[in-house]
Amino acid sequence: MKRELICILCPKGCTLQAEILETEVSVTGNACLRGERYGKEELLAPKRTVTAVLPVSNRPDTAVSVKTEKPVPKEKVMELMQLLQKESLIAPLEPGQCVLEDAFGTRVITTCRVL
Amino acid sequence: MKEHKIVVIGGGPAGMAAALAAYEAGVKDVVILDREERLGGILPQCIHNGFGLHKLGQELTGPEYAEYYAEKIRKTDIKVYTGTMVTSLTEDRVITASNEKGILQIRAGAVILAMGCRERSRGALGLCGTRPAGIYTAGTAQKLLNCHGLLVGKRVVILGSGDIGLIMARRMTLQGAKVEAVCEVMPYSGGLQRNLVQCLEDFDIPLYLSTTVVKIEGRERLEGVVLAEVDENRRPISGTERSISCDTLLISCGLIPENELARMANITLDPVTGGALVDEMRQTDAEGIFACGNVLHVHDLVDFVSDEGEVAGLAAAEYVLGEAQSKVAVPTVSGNGVRYVLPQRICDQEREIPLYFRVSQPRRNVNLIIKQGDSVLKKVKRIKVSPGEMEKVVLPAGCLRKGKGEIKVEVEV
Ligand SMILES: Cc1cc2nc3c(=O)[nH]c(=O)nc-3n(C[C@H](O)[C@H](O)[C@H](O)COP(=O)(O)OP(=O)(O)OC[C@H]3O[C@@H](n4cnc5c(N)ncnc54)[C@H](O)[C@@H]3O)c2cc1C
Ligand code: SF4
Repeated sequence: MKRELICILCPKGCTLQAEILETEVSVTGNACLRGERYGKEELLAPKRTVTAVLPVSNRPDTAVSVKTEKPVPKEKVMELMQLLQKESLIAPLEPGQCVLEDAFGTRVITTCRVL
Repeated sequence: MKEHKIVVIGGGPAGMAAALAAYEAGVKDVVILDREERLGGILPQCIHNGFGLHKLGQELTGPEYAEYYAEKIRKTDIKVYTGTMVTSLTEDRVITASNEKGILQIRAGAVILAMGCRERSRGALGLCGTRPAGIYTAGTAQKLLNCHGLLVGKRVVILGSGDIGLIMARRMTLQGAKVEAVCEVMPYSGGLQRNLVQCLEDFDIPLYLSTTVVKIEGRERLEGVVLAEVDENRRPISGTERSISCDTLLISCGLIPENELARMANITLDPVTGGALVDEMRQTDAEGIFACGNVLHVHDLVDFVSDEGEVAGLAAAEYVLGEAQSKVAVPTVSGNGVRYVLPQRICDQEREIPLYFRVSQPRRNVNLIIKQGDSVLKKVKRIKVSPGEMEKVVLPAGCLRKGKGEIKVEVEV
């Protein structure tokens, strides 16, 4: 069955036609190679980058933003959010600091500085 | 009164790129003024990823993109005054600003306007009903959540399907709130396709097109809203009303360039973009005053904002170094299917000129055509165009003909 997908890897948002054939997935409509990979993954095992904020225990009223270094399986996104709810960090924080070592195959790191 | 060669008002991505470009072009006396406590403009609150793919070749979050430029600025002698609000600007480039220390007056060799936008609020939309707590602009809710960790509500309706509304639908869902609906008065979404997919479809959040909020209910706190479908003139159709209970309404109905300072300096504004009328170097009709980023026209991609900042920064440097030459301008105009074109005039007809524009309605399989008189200068195919996505077409150097009149951009179906 052919599916029409929107590639979400960049703001261009190409419309892809993707289809699972016997031995492979065919993707057309992509303006670059990343789109082909996205189309395949989206049909077989969709993934998303997750971003969120965590409280900073010694800085009331301040949150630190975090992201997964790589996309995680889409069906694990809510589970990951719940894991993150349990975390709280202590300032000072630099961008790129690890918050969670094992987040469904990748790490969660900070994306901003809190002095 | 102090004197500085170049003063940049606003330290968002536009202002930072402009300051760096001017500095690298050889003007070492560059100052950035911003009313916030840190550089970055709107970016520190945009914690999602999707910034910088074109420009930096990597996909960053808003805070990371801002940090990339802030770090570059720290390595220069560019002076940054944060917590400094500019309160007036004159045509001959005298800036008045105030901060903790008092009032500051600067005479600038060139000024770069990079003040960004503000959100259209409930007042500007004229919603009727009670005035309970629980109604926010999407950007305010975003700042409270992403910078301060405060979730503004649990059951949410979002009015407007621009990118900020879509991004907030996902953010609030991830944070445990239930987003009941996103409604959009137009028959199409104003946001990027990728945001419709990853912010709404991923979480099964319904998007109601040609629908608006007609009534607000609740005394102290918002208790619900009434939605209604609208006709082609955007008037509610009676009989289509339905109530949704919710404790929060987010408004994401567009951005308005912050041009109070431009008005003070008697700079002519474009009624369509809400920003100044500029030439290809982003110079306004006040000599030595340039503009870039969201204050000039609302951008959806930060990459284009940084590009525009660089153009304005370089032009301001050429101006103060005395390298700029004045030339006769050719106007650009919007033809069929085009809402606006930027720049609004072209002075240097020898250079390569990127034209930025927005179409007036979504279409498939069209040609974008750029003409001067009867001759077609450039024609490009697009599978899909939408008012929510800015178009860029580059006119090659030397293709403009002198004395042949205005340049028209149009959509051919
Ligand atoms: C919610 C949201 C999500 C977005 N998502 C994406 C995305 O996923 N990908 C992408 O590429 N782009 C995205 N964008 C677009 C991009 O981030 C913006 O277009 C860009 O930040 C605009 O930059 P700017 O420098 O023009 O304005 P701003 O970032 O708004 O900066 C303007 C600065 O000027 C200062 N200022 C204003 N007036 C004064 C004054 N009188 N005195 C002193 N200082 C003043 C303000 O404090 C502010 O710091 C998003 C934008 C928003 C709002
Ligand atoms: S296919 Fe390539 S160009 Fe098209 S949206 Fe995906 S990443 Fe962007």
